Amino acid sequence: MAGIVGYGAHLPRHRIKVEEIAKVWGADAPSYKKGLMLREKSVPPPDMDTITLSVEAARRALVRAQNVNAVDIGAIYIGSESHPYAVKPSGTTVAEALGATPDIHCADFEFACKAGSEAMYVAMSHIDAGQMDFALAIAADTSQGAPSDALEFSAAAGAGAFIMGRENLIADCLYTHSYMTDMPDFWRREHEFYPQHAGRFTGEEAYFAHTKGATQAILKKSNMKPEDFTYAVFHQPNGKFPQRVALEQGFTQEQIDPGWLSPTLGNTYSGASPIGLTATLDVAKPGDMILMCSYGSGAGSDAFIWKVTDRIDEVRDLTIKTRKLLEENLTYIEYGTYAKFRRKIIKNA
Amino acid sequence: MRTVCVVGVGMSKWGEVWKRSFRQLFVDAARNAIEESGVDHIDSLYVGCMSGGLFAGQEHVGAIMADYLGMPGIPAMRVESACASGGMSFRAALLDVGSGMSDIVMAAGVEKMTDIDGDEATAALATAADQEYEVFHGATFPGLYAMMAQAHMAKHGTTRQMLTAVSVKNHHNGSMNPVAQYPFKLKPETVENSVMVADPLRILDCSPITDGAAAVIVCTEEIAKKLGRPYLKVLGSGLATDTIQLAQRDDMTTIKSATLASERALKMAGKKISDIQCVEVHDCFTIAELMVLESVGLFEPGKAGMATVAGETALDGRIPVNPSGGLKSKGHPVGATGIAQIIEIYKQLTGQAENGRQITSSPTIGMTQNMGGSGASSVVHILEVAS
Amino acid sequence: MTMFSSRNWREYPQRYRMEAVKFKKSGLTFFPPRDIDPTNGDVECEKVNLPDIGKILTFTVVRIAPAQWGDVGPYGIAIVELADGTRLMGQMTDVDVNEIKIGMEVRVEFRRVQQEGHHGVLSYGYKFVPKWW
Repeated sequence: MAGIVGYGAHLPRHRIKVEEIAKVWGADAPSYKKGLMLREKSVPPPDMDTITLSVEAARRALVRAQNVNAVDIGAIYIGSESHPYAVKPSGTTVAEALGATPDIHCADFEFACKAGSEAMYVAMSHIDAGQMDFALAIAADTSQGAPSDALEFSAAAGAGAFIMGRENLIADCLYTHSYMTDMPDFWRREHEFYPQHAGRFTGEEAYFAHTKGATQAILKKSNMKPEDFTYAVFHQPNGKFPQRVALEQGFTQEQIDPGWLSPTLGNTYSGASPIGLTATLDVAKPGDMILMCSYGSGAGSDAFIWKVTDRIDEVRDLTIKTRKLLEENLTYIEYGTYAKFRRKIIKNA
Repeated sequence: MRTVCVVGVGMSKWGEVWKRSFRQLFVDAARNAIEESGVDHIDSLYVGCMSGGLFAGQEHVGAIMADYLGMPGIPAMRVESACASGGMSFRAALLDVGSGMSDIVMAAGVEKMTDIDGDEATAALATAADQEYEVFHGATFPGLYAMMAQAHMAKHGTTRQMLTAVSVKNHHNGSMNPVAQYPFKLKPETVENSVMVADPLRILDCSPITDGAAAVIVCTEEIAKKLGRPYLKVLGSGLATDTIQLAQRDDMTTIKSATLASERALKMAGKKISDIQCVEVHDCFTIAELMVLESVGLFEPGKAGMATVAGETALDGRIPVNPSGGLKSKGHPVGATGIAQIIEIYKQLTGQAENGRQITSSPTIGMTQNMGGSGASSVVHILEVAS
Repeated sequence: MTMFSSRNWREYPQRYRMEAVKFKKSGLTFFPPRDIDPTNGDVECEKVNLPDIGKILTFTVVRIAPAQWGDVGPYGIAIVELADGTRLMGQMTDVDVNEIKIGMEVRVEFRRVQQEGHHGVLSYGYKFVPKWW
């Protein structure tokens, strides 16, 4: 079956602390920190967007893919809810930057925070169908959250990229399962700057119902139990949800730890569980089993079971690891800079 | 080539000249030059102008200027080489008279820079750099010279004090020039506390944005003698180019086009650099003056800064540099600057410099150096007063 | 600066992938590409991609910026010599402008370089970040 041949991630270096945002709005920082388990989040500078994050993550994926040439990539799919253009694909720019044009298929995916995992799912389908040898799936976002909204404390930026193939795999995809219903928990209408959400309705019936639905189905399909996995990565809109959904289903803190990035990264929307997977692959050993489960409002979850191969040892250190991007070379910014970076200042000029 | 002479010079008002338009500035300078020279006609006209289009929305500069000079019908041509357009205009006139095609020619230069805002003017000036590989990335003109300054400081130990000395000296000279845009003296601390534009260059290291025009009458020696006024002979002219991009130069601490242009001009004149007694150089930024002085061989590489601090380039120094006040104090209407340099040398060699800025050693040979962009073009002229 | 989409599009190979040319006879690499080798007039060349690591030869911090970058605040511009000796100018990013130095090692990153106001095209290309890994 298809699997991952190369992977890479990219994160901005800028961070803003929950306290800094809370200070501006008179919000209770400790409750966000405790209640949502969020300490800080990444912030993209003005010259970084979904396209630039995607290019850097994809270049790193190509490095780890070793002998794959950009021109051999048959498709590029970018899942994001912050494509820089409303009309004009992100994928063609990324393809051009990688040198993968013109004999390639491109599409930009949108499905709230699930767009990245669907790009992975579709990319692998091409491999399994024998249509191409390599397909690139990218999960990237520079997420939006309205000023003072709860989302502002979490909306973050980052990208994960995966080159899918069928030979020389780093991780073999053993099973997938997707689980979807029509769920009005979170949306953004055309021409609106920021998404809207249904408050506490985004929890039990939305995030938890779908992530558990997909996880339980894939466990049944694979005839596996939580203890059969070395690691598990769940969509992480905040620090608390992925931890709770893991523990409630019998997974342990140790299993989610490597890919549990949200407490200090924030919610990278489409990038969340895919970037968590890159951080998990960074520490995985040959033979490790990894469960990944995304969630996108509207709503649905894609679950994957990955089996890590021997080749991980060869490629892990070929480029920068995700935790290093998360934890080193950081710059903390104050709210004014953040507001400028995120174009939240209205100039009536 | 026959001997070519400069017989009369004229300038418009320089500065923020709100009441005079692009064409009027030219007409003001041209009328003054004609009147001062005593010629009754001109055979052709050259107008140096960097960007009539971007600064004034007006191209077709040769025709409009001939028309408003009241001479429709004469051969007229606009000459462009960015900030060296004026010097190039003079060279074109020199070739015209020298070749025998014309006997009396006007070499002029004009720029009307204040009819657009500062951002637009910065963008217009930046068209002298590589649009796709410098300006696209955010390079500005102060930025390009600042990068040269950083490299020069790293290589030669050039200091803030040396850059300051250039600005202070040029403002001292300019304070005695009746056409200067900023005719006031500067204290070193004023320069050193002025706002940073592009590290290490501060606003008082930079030449200003200026409206202005300048014109000279160029003719055969036979006509010059007949006119009975003081005149200069053009001994040499040199023109050279270099890579448009700063990044592609082997050495960013020297201006190769200035070296080549001065070598060519000196060779044509049959002179050595040590024969030159005063110079007007293109001090668009303080660092540019130092680099040019080194590039043309007046000082060893890395030595012009200390020499400036020591007063060697002052009016009473070993080699007076920019007695007019230079671009820094006099102003820099880009297309007119090269002509204004010729005018200052004319005044100095004929003993007509105003207000006490006359070089007391009575120089007889002078040189001008005018350059475009970050030095991708340079034009040098050597002139001698006719005895 | 007016950035028409066609004009930007034409430069994609250089801006997106740092494509240079290497001439057959001299073996010299030029970026941006040239049609004629200035050292010998040779026109036979091949495309090469430049390395993504280099060091700063010179730089400045633009503190009075063109309108395009007016809101960005002071930004660094540097001339960088890449690992293969090729030199190019580009903007610095992800750096405290007061820490830029001659000799600093940098890495090339893909960033948004310009945008044509709120409605026009986005221009992407190379920028330099301090090499920290």
